[in-house]
Amino acid sequence: MKELLARLIEAFGPSGREDAVRAVLGAELQGMGLSAVADPMGNLVAVRPGRAGGARILLAAHMDEIGLIVTHVDANGFARFAAVGGISAQTALGQRVRFADGTVGTIGVERLDDPKDLKLDKLFIDCGGPRAAVRTGEMCVMAGGLQADGGRWIGKAMDDRVGCLVLLEAARALRDSPHEVHFAFTVQEEVGLRGARTAGYTADPELALAIDVTATGDTPKARTMDVALGGGAAVKVRDNSLLAHPYVIDWLRGAAERRAIPHQMEVLEYGGTDAGAIHTVRAGVRSGAVSIPCRYVHTPGEMVDAGDVQACVDLLVEALSAPLP
Amino acid sequence: MSSSDACIDLVQRLSDLPGVGGDEGAVRDHLWSVVSPHVEAARIDALGSLIVRRGRGGCKVLVDAHMDEVGLLVQQVEKDGWLRFQTVGGIDPRVLPGAVVRVGAAAVPGVIGWKPIHLQTEDDRKRVVPVKDLAIDIGAGGREQAERAVIPGDYAVFATQSGFFGDGLVRGKALDDRVGCALLATALDEAYGCEVHGVFAVQEEIGLRGAGAAAHAVAPDLALALEGTTCADLPGVDEHEQGSRLGGGPVLRIMDGGMIHDRRVNGLLVAAADQAGIPVQWKGTITGGTDAGRIHTTRGGIPSATLSVPCRYIHSPCAIASRADITHALDLLRGFLRTVAQRGFSA
Repeated sequence: MKELLARLIEAFGPSGREDAVRAVLGAELQGMGLSAVADPMGNLVAVRPGRAGGARILLAAHMDEIGLIVTHVDANGFARFAAVGGISAQTALGQRVRFADGTVGTIGVERLDDPKDLKLDKLFIDCGGPRAAVRTGEMCVMAGGLQADGGRWIGKAMDDRVGCLVLLEAARALRDSPHEVHFAFTVQEEVGLRGARTAGYTADPELALAIDVTATGDTPKARTMDVALGGGAAVKVRDNSLLAHPYVIDWLRGAAERRAIPHQMEVLEYGGTDAGAIHTVRAGVRSGAVSIPCRYVHTPGEMVDAGDVQACVDLLVEALSAPLP
Repeated sequence: MSSSDACIDLVQRLSDLPGVGGDEGAVRDHLWSVVSPHVEAARIDALGSLIVRRGRGGCKVLVDAHMDEVGLLVQQVEKDGWLRFQTVGGIDPRVLPGAVVRVGAAAVPGVIGWKPIHLQTEDDRKRVVPVKDLAIDIGAGGREQAERAVIPGDYAVFATQSGFFGDGLVRGKALDDRVGCALLATALDEAYGCEVHGVFAVQEEIGLRGAGAAAHAVAPDLALALEGTTCADLPGVDEHEQGSRLGGGPVLRIMDGGMIHDRRVNGLLVAAADQAGIPVQWKGTITGGTDAGRIHTTRGGIPSATLSVPCRYIHSPCAIASRADITHALDLLRGFLRTVAQRGFSA
């Protein structure tokens, strides 16, 4: 899993530019005999046929990562930028960034009279040359790969490449299921759950799950939250985009308890996931989420626990292997 | 009159009509009188958008322009005859005091009142007067007299008369987005060899409400929104915060607050511009959004882009656009539709 996660994390994929991630996932799916199709938005969807008595279930993990977009390049080659998804000026300052063609830059700042003036529009990307190396409209992402020496894995874009990994591994491990399962790797989650909305419409599922990272409350003076790294798969109860359907919560908890899969309940007081967009498409879809606990979300140092990742895979496989309750 | 002169003339006629979100009837009627000789099918949908079709078969392309403008809505007639109002769409309250407006279907003249500078306290001068403290004065002696002319629920628009301006410019209160409406209405005078669905949408300024329903009904292969867009090429604004430049040509975008533009649709626009030698500029800021933001996530996803005309001072009593930009945008729209017809499009 580690080697595949490293490839997923290193693939360039800010919102709307998920091509490289889609290529990695498409090859993996093909390798397990699932043919995947890209829809008009760019979502990659593989369908595993079901049989009578099964339900149509949509599972969604997003391919895109947060990034930056160049808005203006001045005569000296310094590039102004805006955020693609939730990147704060505090997080961006001093980071190394990488463009699709491999160009690397660093983020500098204007002279500030007051640290409170640190806003994105005071920052710029410096690619080192006197001439512009990049053009308006090009996107870049935080540079960096996977560090995974022990049971804790650190890397940029863990949100949500680790979710993509969980979804892939669940697809690989799922032996017998009555359900027609749509494995959707979605685009543009970080800019407003946009890919999931259209994937949800096309799949027209009876039940849907997002597979995404969630925050934890186990670091010094963290915001109170009963999710801990290493505490197992997180079963979402709420975030700002979704109140998970009680039926879905019970379904997931039942599966976890049946096989003693480590799990914890996730009450997230902010943020949202693909399920937030999916649950209101068409006439409504019973939806929830299986979340991978992750510290330092939306920084280049996102950290997950290998055991939690395995628990999420196990939970999905167990839940999908039996008819719905 | 050349096609581009006719388009610029139509921009001005449309800009002078009242059409705040929810009250687009006058604009719709005028557009219908312009496009009806050229279209093969037409309907007004449940929300009020005018949807027309020219051509049948081949690639199905939706072209959207919104009919509504930002404006005011009378909320209450006070006992002294003043009209309390809400804004409909995003209006900077700093542009309101002193503005001349026309209220209701009878276009009753009014002025937005506030204390004259002589009577203002120091605090008054430092603060932005909130909309709730402003009122429209229609010169009525009291509530009874005022209510003979205006009732709560009447809309008000800025009273600006459109016209030519400076060197090759045009001014008007509602260039956002009557310039888009005029481009679309004018371009429908030609058959392109693809199936063009023109959507004159309602209620863009208050949340892209009309466009989604229209796109759901049309279910096109691709979509293009036509817009008047922000342009802050003004003294004291840093180059990287200007957005676009007046006279720099039609504006294309990579990303805005509502969407990341489809690269294939942008590619068709660029190809059409290159072929005809039309200058284009890429929007340098990413705030704001257009109907395309709603359209592109409709149904199973509709690849979409926007084509905009730079307008200084949009969402104020008087916006300004360049006649050359409008002419280039019209040429680019026609070129885009021809390119779609020639190359086709499949998502």
